[in-house]
Amino acid sequence: MVFYILRRLLFLPLALFGVSLLVFTMIGFLSPYQRLATFINSPERLKSDNVDKLISFYGLDDPIFIQYFRWMKNVFQGNLGWSYVGKAPVLESILIRFPYTLELAIFSVIPIIFLGVSFGVLSALHHNKFLDHILRIFAVVGWSFPDFVFGLIVLMVFYSTLGWFPPGNLSIWAEEIVKSPAFRHITGMLTFDSLLNGRLDVFWDALRHLLGPVLTLTYVEFAFILRITRSSMLEVLRRDYVRTARAKGLEEKAVIHKHARRNALVPVATVSGQTIVGLLAGTVIVETIFNRTGIGSFMAIAAQQLDYASIMGGTLFFGLILILGNLCVDLSYAFIDPRVRLD
Amino acid sequence: MNRGSKRWFKKFFSNFSAVLGFVLLLFFLGVALFAPYIAPPKPGRDAYMMPIVTWSSDPIPPSREHPFGVAGKRDIFYGVVWGTRTAFRIGIIVTISSTLIGLVIGSIAGYFGHLVDELLMRVTDIFMAVPFLVAALVLATILGAGLDKVIIALIVFSWMYPARLIRGNILQVKEEQFVMAAKALGVSDLVVILRHVLPNSIFPVLIQASMRMGSLVITAAALSFLGLGAPQGYADWGALLNYARNWMLGSQGQALQYWFMTVFPGLAMVLFVLAWNLVGDALRDIFDPRLRV
Repeated sequence: MVFYILRRLLFLPLALFGVSLLVFTMIGFLSPYQRLATFINSPERLKSDNVDKLISFYGLDDPIFIQYFRWMKNVFQGNLGWSYVGKAPVLESILIRFPYTLELAIFSVIPIIFLGVSFGVLSALHHNKFLDHILRIFAVVGWSFPDFVFGLIVLMVFYSTLGWFPPGNLSIWAEEIVKSPAFRHITGMLTFDSLLNGRLDVFWDALRHLLGPVLTLTYVEFAFILRITRSSMLEVLRRDYVRTARAKGLEEKAVIHKHARRNALVPVATVSGQTIVGLLAGTVIVETIFNRTGIGSFMAIAAQQLDYASIMGGTLFFGLILILGNLCVDLSYAFIDPRVRLD
Repeated sequence: MNRGSKRWFKKFFSNFSAVLGFVLLLFFLGVALFAPYIAPPKPGRDAYMMPIVTWSSDPIPPSREHPFGVAGKRDIFYGVVWGTRTAFRIGIIVTISSTLIGLVIGSIAGYFGHLVDELLMRVTDIFMAVPFLVAALVLATILGAGLDKVIIALIVFSWMYPARLIRGNILQVKEEQFVMAAKALGVSDLVVILRHVLPNSIFPVLIQASMRMGSLVITAAALSFLGLGAPQGYADWGALLNYARNWMLGSQGQALQYWFMTVFPGLAMVLFVLAWNLVGDALRDIFDPRLRV
């Protein structure tokens, strides 16, 4: 077990090195002129200076591996470059935005698991009957919905028509409170910070802004949990210990809730971890549609504006999240289900 | 037709959702094939470019002339019909190429094992360490505008899934006695892979390909939705939805008037992805004995 964790942790820097090579290779497809554009912040500089002089000033015409090592040296010093999109150093821009994405993932995973598990159990109990078919169709339709289509519908209905779930992070008045010096930032997540500051009005406002994206992610993602719960429940219901429980005259309710469901939830718990990791990495579209701050929308804008310092840093960060997240998920297998051996 | 495949067909078509998925696929195939008759392009113009029908950028609700309405100066009906071809083209090209690449890499890794396997799987891990959409987004941006660039970006970051699947299957099949027997008879590695190992792991690959088709088309559309990929005015569902975006965020209380901008291209996308998911699901129910309940 310890050996397994060590091996996985040893692979982490290697994988990040691989990711950085991968991204740098992709960036290498850009001409020095294209990459120069990200260093220029006003058109005057292009007039007064010679473009080629600027390129050699920034070392953009050096061989690609020299540029790579220069960048890596900076990375090891904690310097990922300057983000034009974030108007701050890349690392800082990412770290400010990450709590927003984390918050969205936390708030989304709760209804996803709740709906997926309860519908999955229902579906299994009504196996191949009407309710089972209805729930499965409802789930597979959600699974087939691109998040931007469902997000647009949510915006159309719940924002434009009903005015319930506005886009963005906060209303203007709440934004002013959050930006005021009296407001302490502890977690970086708006809902938790507003609670810790005792501002229930700000909390409610932040929550209202979260509901649109949460609703979207829930409907698009819960089908996966439903499917796992359903098949695992169906399998457990055929087990000997369930038959024994029934044979000894136990109430059906107790059989299902105490004997069957608990055992059926083992694979669900492990898949839920994957869902959280997936949510952290998969908010690009939802954050963009709902105009939310976060690393997803940050990456979308950085890519559109060819802000390549941000692209490199952001991709590395995503790699870090995915690798660490998957490691945690794999480790949780062993903790939840003692039958799993890691090696 | 032998008895096995007859049972197969019976099973497939006794399943309501499988039939629904199959019918939907046929419908879209029909739309794609007969696009020139359903929405005739103007002669001499590129049929894939949605013609400009009005000079005002305001959306126009559905009318007899434009059954799905007008968005971004372009006829939505025309875009949805020709966008079906775009969706098929992206889905099929990316799925086939990534599956072939995955087939080669997965076979090599699984069959030779040891150092080759370790090396190839770590490379696979690295490609999977970047979220699919983010990776495709970055590469598509760097390669520049054009549908072909989106296709390349999607292929580069989707071969890992079939590769892993095939490797796993090969590791399983490799231990089977018929493979050992073939090796003992002195059959060459390549022939063992092609004749004995791959045919035994082809169905999981097909099922996965059908399931991936949906998500690939979604990702491609997501890229055009973000304004990358297909050029302005190209018939593409994601690009049509991009027109809708600004009108949804715009003045409150107005958006429901513009429902047609989201609903028609959105419906096309959902049904298309649904069709592939249903067919993939049905195939899996039939071929995966573990899920047969």
